[in-house]
Amino acid sequence: MNNFNNKIRVKELLFPCLLLITLFFATGCETDETQTVATFNNLVAEDNFDVDGQIDTSFWNFDIGDGTDQGIPGWGNNELQYYTDRSENVTVENGFLLITAREEAFNGAQYTSARLQTKGKIQQQYGRFEARIRLPYGKGMFPAFWLLGDDSDGAIWPQIGEIDIMENTGDKPTEIFGTIHGPGYSGGESISKEFTLENSRVDTEFHVYGIEWGPNYINYYFDDKLYNQITPEDIEEETDGEGEWVFNDRPFYIIINLAVGGNLPGAPNAETVFPQTMIVDYVRVYQ
Amino acid sequence: MKIVNNIKVKFLGIIAAILVLVSCERDISDEAVFATFSNNPDIYTDNPVGLTDEFFVSFDPALGANTEAFGTDNNVAYEGTSSIRIDVPAPDDPNGSFVGGIFLDRGAGRNLTGYDALTFWARGSTTATVGLVGFGTDFEENKFAVAGPSIRLSTDWKKYIIPIPDPSKLIQERGMFVFSAGGLDVIDNIPNGNEIGFTFWMDEIRFENLGTVAQLRPAIFSGQDLAQQTFIGSTRVIGGLRATFNGPTGENITVGPAPSYFNFSSSNPSVAFVNELGEIQVIGEGTTTITAQLDDVLAEGSLELTSGGELPLSPTPTQAAEDVRSIYSDSYTSVTNSDFNPGFGGSTTQTTEASLNGNNVQIYANNNFTGILFDNTVDGSEMTHLHVDVYTQSPGTSVEIQIRDVGANGELETNVFNGFPDGDDKDFRFTADGLQVGQWTSFEIPLGGDIATQKNNLGALILVGGPDFILDNIYFYKE
Repeated sequence: MNNFNNKIRVKELLFPCLLLITLFFATGCETDETQTVATFNNLVAEDNFDVDGQIDTSFWNFDIGDGTDQGIPGWGNNELQYYTDRSENVTVENGFLLITAREEAFNGAQYTSARLQTKGKIQQQYGRFEARIRLPYGKGMFPAFWLLGDDSDGAIWPQIGEIDIMENTGDKPTEIFGTIHGPGYSGGESISKEFTLENSRVDTEFHVYGIEWGPNYINYYFDDKLYNQITPEDIEEETDGEGEWVFNDRPFYIIINLAVGGNLPGAPNAETVFPQTMIVDYVRVYQ
Repeated sequence: MKIVNNIKVKFLGIIAAILVLVSCERDISDEAVFATFSNNPDIYTDNPVGLTDEFFVSFDPALGANTEAFGTDNNVAYEGTSSIRIDVPAPDDPNGSFVGGIFLDRGAGRNLTGYDALTFWARGSTTATVGLVGFGTDFEENKFAVAGPSIRLSTDWKKYIIPIPDPSKLIQERGMFVFSAGGLDVIDNIPNGNEIGFTFWMDEIRFENLGTVAQLRPAIFSGQDLAQQTFIGSTRVIGGLRATFNGPTGENITVGPAPSYFNFSSSNPSVAFVNELGEIQVIGEGTTTITAQLDDVLAEGSLELTSGGELPLSPTPTQAAEDVRSIYSDSYTSVTNSDFNPGFGGSTTQTTEASLNGNNVQIYANNNFTGILFDNTVDGSEMTHLHVDVYTQSPGTSVEIQIRDVGANGELETNVFNGFPDGDDKDFRFTADGLQVGQWTSFEIPLGGDIATQKNNLGALILVGGPDFILDNIYFYKE
């Protein structure tokens, strides 16, 4: 998410073969022999959003504003929304977390929405992170479920690492993508893979988006389908040995947000319907 | 076959009803099995699938449909060995100026409830537009007809998707496919005979359950919230029917569904009701709001009807027909058709024709300015007056009527700064006021002022103000 830009489109065109080869190796030969196959089934944290009207603040923090206060106006991506903690933008109803993007003038922005994160509250190195989500739709919608490395030691992005478990642009209701960012492979040079849904959409049904993350690997899941594995060997191949695997270093925290506009999805257009809501059934962390 | 199946359905329906009565169970008995129809999704693969022997049923050649333009092509196919080939004619083609028609199921109809879209592949000899593609047209009731968006062809094969507005309605559909295309206009986009012919191919036409067509947003009245004054006996057909879906690649697809896909409702059925064809009938006095749902989704757009009860009959004209040049009256034959909805820029006027107990009137609501534009100019040299009957329910109503002669060039020319006639136009302005609320008032307006000497090209009546009134019996006459 940070400094994410539309170069990812280019990268997808350049590197699909590499990704395919990587995946083949991962499932086929070398990598597989050294891979630690772990199934994380010890549930250590979860929010099922069971209390209507309340966000559990022992779990979540709110990020407020347009990113200026955080030093990244437009949240590093020229996004158009102002994040708030108002119930119009974030609330719990009927057992679901609702993050709603609205078209309204607010503190100089044209849109409002919300961004929740668990920094200092729910942090963990390795494990399974998953959420069951129904996404919004329409040009300009940019929902994400992702992880950032804890930066309390003063390290800065991309050294801290970023694991985007699920991102989607609302003009592609049958595609999601999972991405990692680190030193040597951040922003437009990040390492990413798309997953295309067959006979289904992200905005009409709930799907489980998850990763299983252990030493030297991150496995990406869509529902029960493993669609990508990223290992240090992939970093080395894609960056000609320049990139550094930073996912054995520190605990990561969770972020869920619904951005509007920005470099990657482009601005909403006349056909975009507002408001749009990202509906989260649960967020779970396993060890 | 069709008749037999129909009887079967009805018969079983009666059995079910009896069972309910006897057993007081609300569910239909397990033994009652409704007749079902083929759910074959295919329409054309390498051959027509399950279609009538004619395969292609053309639109009426008397209306210009070219029956020679349809065929199959064994040298071109998206998949397999054959495709449908359409040679769209030029407008001067002696066999007909456009091509179009339908494919009908050869049986009693198909059950399409398990599908969410009609899909097909097409390519063109050039990037022309095909004006109509859809399904549900059977040349009988066309009850569940759907007109897809016009499609822009590519010179390579491309897949097209036409969503089914509500598949649950299609338990027995015979209209498998409909298309219509005319020549390509590369010059001015006006149908004036300069179009050229082109060829396009269609293949793999079938119904599919894509699972990726979603986010239905229906609309009636093109999504507008309208208000209208009305009276008992008035009828109006709900127009502007749309269903917008979001397709698998994120693009919106808007189709035009037949009224029977919608469930219409009236908030006060004692004022007006709507039938399944979207026809509103006003039956009482009061206010009601007309809304609709499509597949349980509330449609954007509505109509608030305020019925004043019985509209008194307008006065019966007394002039002899030979002394009259009529514009709008049930008592005389009109000398010209007229445009009652000219859509002037900045106009807020809503004009609707209502038929009240067989007498047609024009109802004006929220008028700032509008006009009645005559399709052909009227020679009023022999005429002395304009007659018009005006009705209102609102005290203080006052309508200015500007009688316009458009001059020899036949064009309505108005100075955009002051609203006065420009060029060779002349007008005479008359204010109809002093109206009695709840009654018709007849006005005999002399053809005076600037048109006293120029009235051989009468072309329009401009109506200013009101804002709410009804007009009838508009005609020129000689005293």
